[in-house]
Amino acid sequence: MTHFETTILRQSGVTLDSDLADTATARANIFDMTEATEAAVLRPKDFGGFPHDLRAALAARVARLAGDEDLALHFATDAEDRIALADPSTTDAELAGVLAFVDKVANQTRDITADDILALQAAGVSDADIVRLCELVAFLAYQTRVIAGLRLMQGVAP
Amino acid sequence: MSRVIHKFTRNVPQWRPRVTPVKLAEATPEQLEALQVTPSNTKVSDYVLTLAHDVESLAVRSPLFNAIMYDPGGMSRAERELGALGASMVNRCIYCAAVHAERHAQLEKDTRVTDELFANGEAADLNERDRAILDFARKSAGAPPAAGPKDMDALRKAGLSDAEILDLILSSALFGWANRLMHVLGDPVRQKADA
Repeated sequence: MTHFETTILRQSGVTLDSDLADTATARANIFDMTEATEAAVLRPKDFGGFPHDLRAALAARVARLAGDEDLALHFATDAEDRIALADPSTTDAELAGVLAFVDKVANQTRDITADDILALQAAGVSDADIVRLCELVAFLAYQTRVIAGLRLMQGVAP
Repeated sequence: MSRVIHKFTRNVPQWRPRVTPVKLAEATPEQLEALQVTPSNTKVSDYVLTLAHDVESLAVRSPLFNAIMYDPGGMSRAERELGALGASMVNRCIYCAAVHAERHAQLEKDTRVTDELFANGEAADLNERDRAILDFARKSAGAPPAAGPKDMDALRKAGLSDAEILDLILSSALFGWANRLMHVLGDPVRQKADA
C-alpha cells in the first residue's frame, strides 16, 4: 500500500496526479503511520470490551458527529449487526453509558469532568476499556480534521 | 494535598490520572516495548502508563506524534506548537496548553504571543501570520470542525506554503487527539505548597 491508498488521502481526494501530490509525499511516513493507528484502534488483537464490529459502528458514529458522511460510510461497512449505533441519534439500553461518553468526548470535549469517568467505572467499564474508548474517539477526532483540512486545501467545500 | 488547575498557564502542572495506570512491575513484554523501558530508562510518566492500557495504539501513536511535531521541513517547530496550542485552548486541555505554550515560548525565546493568548483568548493581538495560524487551528478544533475557505485564504495570504499548511493541519488535528486523552483521562494538578 502506498500513502495514496491510505484512508486519509483517499477520503480527501489527494492522488498521484493532484497538485498536492508532492506535498503529501513529503509527509508519506505520517500518512502511513496514521493508517497503522487506524488499524490499531479499529481492529486491535486485544479488543477488550469492544469487538471490531462495535468499534466500526462507533467510528462511523464519531465521523457523523464530525459531519463527515463519506468517512462514516467507510467505517460502517464493517459494523455488521451494530450498524444502528453508527447513527448518532440511536442509543442502546446496554450501551447507553458508553454511547453518551463517546458522543461527549467527540463533540463536547471541554465539558468532560472526573464525574464522566466515575460514571463509566460505576457502570462496570474497566479502566483499560475506558482508555481504549478514548483512543478510538480521539483518533477519529484527528483523522476527521486532517481529511477536512486536506479537502479545504483543494477547494472542496466542507 | 493538591488542587485541580482550571486556568491557562505556562507553568506546567502535574497530571493526575482518573483511571489506574498500568503498574510497571506488572507490565507485559509488549507494554514494556511500547513504553521503551530499558535498564537505563525506567522512568515512565503516569500518562504513558495510563495509555499502556491500550498498548497497540500507544506503540504506533508515539512515533506518529513525534513525526508530526518534530520531523524536519515544512512548518517551523514553534508554529506547529501554536497549532497545538490553538486546539488545546478550544478543548480546554489545561495541561496540553501549558506544555505547548511553554515550548512555543522557549523556541521563540519570547513569551509575548502566549501571554497575549492566555490574557485575551480569541481577541489576542497577533501578527497576520500568527493570527491566520491560530484562527485555522481554533476553527479546525471546533466540533464539528469549522475551518472554511476564508481561513485557508488567510493562511495563503499570510505567506504559508502548502507544506506549511499541511503541517498546521496535522499538528492542530493531532491535538484534537491528544486533548481527548489528556483532558479526559486525567486532571492537571498542583501541590498546595507550590500553588
